[in-house]
Amino acid sequence: MKAITFAAGCLFASSALAQENVLTVYAGDYVVSEWGPGPKIEEMFEARCGCDLQFKPGDLLPRLLLEGERTEADVVFGLNTDVTKKARESGLFAPHGVDLSPLTLPIDWTDDTFLPYNYGETAFIYDTTRLPEPPTSFDALLDAPDDLKIVIQDPRSSISGLAMALWVEAVYGDEAEEAWRKLAPKILTVTKGWSESYGLFTDGEADMVLSYTTSPAYHIIAEDDHTKKALIFPEGNYFMVELAAKVATTDQPELAQQFMDFILTPEFQQMIATGNWSFPAALPHEQWPEGFKELELPSKVLFYSEDEAAALRDGAIEAWRRGLSQ
Amino acid sequence: MASRPVAVSAAIAAAGLILALVLGPVVAVLTRAGGWGTLGPGDWQALRFTLLQSLLSAFFSVVLAIPVARALARRRFVGRGLLISLLGAPFILPTIVAVLGLIAVFGQNGLVNEALRALGLPGFSIYGLHGVVLAHVFFNLPLATRLLLQGWLAIPAERFRLAASLGLSPRAMFRTLEAPMLLRIAPGAFAVIFVICLSSFAVALTLGGGPRATTVELAIYQAVRFDFDLGRAALLSVIQLCLALAAGLVALRLGTGGGFGAGLDRMVTRWDGRVGLPRIMDAAWIALAALFLLTPLGMVVARGLPGLAQLGAGSWEAAWNSLTVALASTLLCLAWALPLSTRWGEWVGLVGLAVSPLVLGTGLFLIVRPFANPLSLALPVTTLVNALVALPFALRILRPEAEAVRADYARLAMALGLTPLAWLRLVLLPRLRRPLGFAAGLTAALSIGDLGVIALFADPERATLPLQVYRLMGSYQMEAAAGAALLLLIFSFGAFWLCDRGGRANVDA
Repeated sequence: MKAITFAAGCLFASSALAQENVLTVYAGDYVVSEWGPGPKIEEMFEARCGCDLQFKPGDLLPRLLLEGERTEADVVFGLNTDVTKKARESGLFAPHGVDLSPLTLPIDWTDDTFLPYNYGETAFIYDTTRLPEPPTSFDALLDAPDDLKIVIQDPRSSISGLAMALWVEAVYGDEAEEAWRKLAPKILTVTKGWSESYGLFTDGEADMVLSYTTSPAYHIIAEDDHTKKALIFPEGNYFMVELAAKVATTDQPELAQQFMDFILTPEFQQMIATGNWSFPAALPHEQWPEGFKELELPSKVLFYSEDEAAALRDGAIEAWRRGLSQ
Repeated sequence: MASRPVAVSAAIAAAGLILALVLGPVVAVLTRAGGWGTLGPGDWQALRFTLLQSLLSAFFSVVLAIPVARALARRRFVGRGLLISLLGAPFILPTIVAVLGLIAVFGQNGLVNEALRALGLPGFSIYGLHGVVLAHVFFNLPLATRLLLQGWLAIPAERFRLAASLGLSPRAMFRTLEAPMLLRIAPGAFAVIFVICLSSFAVALTLGGGPRATTVELAIYQAVRFDFDLGRAALLSVIQLCLALAAGLVALRLGTGGGFGAGLDRMVTRWDGRVGLPRIMDAAWIALAALFLLTPLGMVVARGLPGLAQLGAGSWEAAWNSLTVALASTLLCLAWALPLSTRWGEWVGLVGLAVSPLVLGTGLFLIVRPFANPLSLALPVTTLVNALVALPFALRILRPEAEAVRADYARLAMALGLTPLAWLRLVLLPRLRRPLGFAAGLTAALSIGDLGVIALFADPERATLPLQVYRLMGSYQMEAAAGAALLLLIFSFGAFWLCDRGGRANVDA
């Protein structure tokens, strides 16, 4: 801990006395809300470590890159594969040192720096009462009548929007721009982030929304509503994973390691499904919570490694922009 | 002037603080980036669209505000005061809430399209440039209306009495009294609305329907959040700043012309337009504006009521944080605005609104970082940034009347040898009570409603209400989020109303 940060902490933070044994975790903003997984993670981990876990929410990677090696973060929680290349190149992260054999991801994962904790796939969510006969494939979606209205997210401001650009790229390749052009009349609008899109969908403004294969689990478990379904396309759905990583300059290496080890334990994995409304990264299907078990899983999972994604990204976004600009 | 040296040095200090707060972060970002970035192919398209939508939005907001403000200025009816206050509410809503409210009215399944369908008429789509302009008019028509209404109310009653006794026709009265006032007030209102719309992002994207509606602010967001290309972010934000300053300069050139001289500070009574067509037209304008502005608000309230019960302790704590920040920002903003209430002061003040919040946040983060933990400074920084962003509005509201007071009473004050403090206490502040109340209300409301906490400074223990709305939505809690949004509306409107009423306490109406 830098002395000056410590002094400032004493001045401003209410929990200044607890600085001794503190694990600082930078996390995505949604994690720390009272409805997110943050409070549960904090409670479970503090019971194990006898320490104080402090979540610092906000822009993960920009903040970390701004701070560089002087960061006070010990662990970063909530990165996605589309930024891992930039994160890896910064040299700020240390190997996680966790045995990856418990992983139950639909793809192979051998990364020694970024550790998955939950995953999902991009999918369009629809309401069976409003749309009894949804398109059953990506092709069928492109050919659907134009009065079928969908909302998506902007690939330049949203992770899920970027995943969709890569999804179209993976399915249509050179024809991606043409695919976007066919989709254009059906796109009611493009929003900055996932929340706005999903709000439009639940308000009944759009028939389908770009979200995740796991979204229906929320409605089933929290609302006992079985009418929200994810479209599974035979062309495949695009894999999205959320990752944690240990910061190399951590002043709490033991605590940080303990936290990394904690992530793949059944206790954490049982919690994260309903805590973050995602598939647990290391839990056999039969141990998933009820509600998750009844979800239809993709027959084919599409995924670009971080190097492939970095190479394709600008082209995929440009195809999106041109296809929708006409 | 009461005491020129004191006033001038206060103005220089206040202006210097603004420039330091805006340029400091831009320079910090540039230094960190190691130079300017380059513009991409989409950036020119974004720049064109940003300019187009800002010009259209500012134009329609001001032009439509003229008949509405005129009608409100010359009509007296039960509930007029409340209506004027309520009309201010759209301006203070956080964008995400307002957008969902607008879509509930104008969207695919909104009230308007339902009504059209019931009548067997074809529906219409809000998504496109017209939707962006509609939303910006929804936000800014109230501001323009209030600014113009103030202009009308600042015309001394004696002038209208004279016009009536001279038997001036409505057209002659417009030419001699109202047109000069409009020429003085409208360019400034146009400039400030143009500048707000320049940095629009989520509204433009959501209602614009796709990448055609890309704004410069989105490009900055992408550069900072996704590409970590700080040089490009700095370049784009400087372009945005220059556009705003150019608009401000044009307004400064146009918005000149003298005031009306001093009157006896009495309530204005109007003799014109009491019967016949003008009366019907006025009623129609007021009804239309109220319908346009209040229906989406009604939808926000209706959607939020069921969610209110679901709000946890976190939301109430966030509400408390928002209120304390708002109080501090308001005081800071008014103290900042008073010495700057001149033409050049207003121009300088515009930069606070024109700088990209994302670049401002990143720069402040870089500046603060070596000295203190930015997270623990979340609330003070939010307070400061909110005051900075609200400053152009406060100045727009205060400046015309502050100048009028100086023009009308400065000689008298000098003859009496008033000290600066006595001038402030006896002359300036009492005369400015109405605009001060309005400015305070607007600042407080903006501060509660603004997502001013730049994401880099987000503090888990001290969320503000708008942040809470986003967090709830991000966790599928759409109903609770609607409840929190309603809470936000209640608090920000409450703060606005209290200050605004306070300012008008002794005015007979």
